[in-house]
Amino acid sequence: MRDSITLQVARYRPEQESEATFDEHEVPCPKEWVVLDGLNHIKDRIDGTLSYRWSCRMGICGSCGMTVNGEPKLTCATFLSEYGRGPVRVEPLRNFPVIRDLIVDMGDFMRKLVRVKPWIVRQAEKPLSEGEYRQTPEELDDYKQFSMCITCMLCYAACPIYGLDPKFIGPAAIALAQRYNLDSRDEGASERMEVLSEHEGIWGCTFVGECTKVCPKHVDPAGAIQRYKLTAAVESMKSFFMPRGA
Amino acid sequence: MGQRHAYTEYHPRWLRRPVSTYWWLQKRSYFAFILREASCIFVAWFVVYLLMLVRAVSEGEMSYRQFLSWSASPLILLVNLVSLLFIVLHAITFFEAAPRAMVVHVGGRRVPNGFVGAAHYLGLLAASVIVVWILLGA
Ligand code: SF4
Ligand code: FES
Repeated sequence: MRDSITLQVARYRPEQESEATFDEHEVPCPKEWVVLDGLNHIKDRIDGTLSYRWSCRMGICGSCGMTVNGEPKLTCATFLSEYGRGPVRVEPLRNFPVIRDLIVDMGDFMRKLVRVKPWIVRQAEKPLSEGEYRQTPEELDDYKQFSMCITCMLCYAACPIYGLDPKFIGPAAIALAQRYNLDSRDEGASERMEVLSEHEGIWGCTFVGECTKVCPKHVDPAGAIQRYKLTAAVESMKSFFMPRGA
Repeated sequence: MGQRHAYTEYHPRWLRRPVSTYWWLQKRSYFAFILREASCIFVAWFVVYLLMLVRAVSEGEMSYRQFLSWSASPLILLVNLVSLLFIVLHAITFFEAAPRAMVVHVGGRRVPNGFVGAAHYLGLLAASVIVVWILLGA
């Protein structure tokens, strides 16, 4: 077992340079260390100016996504030992503009996310006296998988369509729209459909399927999008054949 | 959205990294995706080929025989062979995708994806059997 590994860390200091460069550091690699531990080691012991995001270090906040040896990864869930003798190259997430070092601007994703109304929409709230909105375990199962999304944006970094056309609303936003559409308490499906049936909505997706492969939470955004396409197609058929109908 | 930001003290000077034109060569799965997308060209070719066959048959025996000998030429054989491979790829990837788009419930329970996929293959098998039966029975 080797006791250290080389990290090649992308740097971008907008006040000094206009291109990304790489710093190389040797960091310890005990078997329980993840890539994020390596970065923390650099920041604490070697170079305090290195900038990156992280918070929970347990795969739940979704803030530590970076490109590790070319693949979008949660750095807190990616063990250094997976990379054998190294070196391990750490870059910011692809397809997003870089603000500094390993930090990307996620404004675009955040604006898209609110457009699909990722919350429970009710046409009319029932009075408090009638009690809570109940749900059976089967009803919960319908959307549970999509509710696991931690908005880490790894799926956006993996999606070549988003890279080529930044207007594409993207995998996680659609999966989260499905999370609420499939919730028995929700009544907002038609409002979301307006946004998602746009050209840059579900139809922007050509089912490359990479989003599902990189998702650390097994959300299967690609599956969510294909399901949504089927629903949208059936809906538009219905409105075509039964214009005023049910 | 869409607003253009100029660099100010309070707005980051972004580093943008454009996607390479050859992005689809950078990863095996991206390349497989492009192959799958390309397979629709061959689906279209088979439709055209079928229409040509129908026309040849409708114009009588002579033109049908001409069509057959044209089809037997090495070039057309090769084209059809390559098309067959792409059609198989098309079918397999389509059948892989279908269960992810279709969530089937039977008796209030969700049917596992494997069954939905298997049902597609069974459908293909049934259709093939019928075609073979028509061909051999005739
Ligand atoms: S769908 Fe998966 S990869 Fe995409 S943001 Fe959610 S958790 Fe991350
Ligand atoms: S630090 Fe929270 S997901 Fe990695």
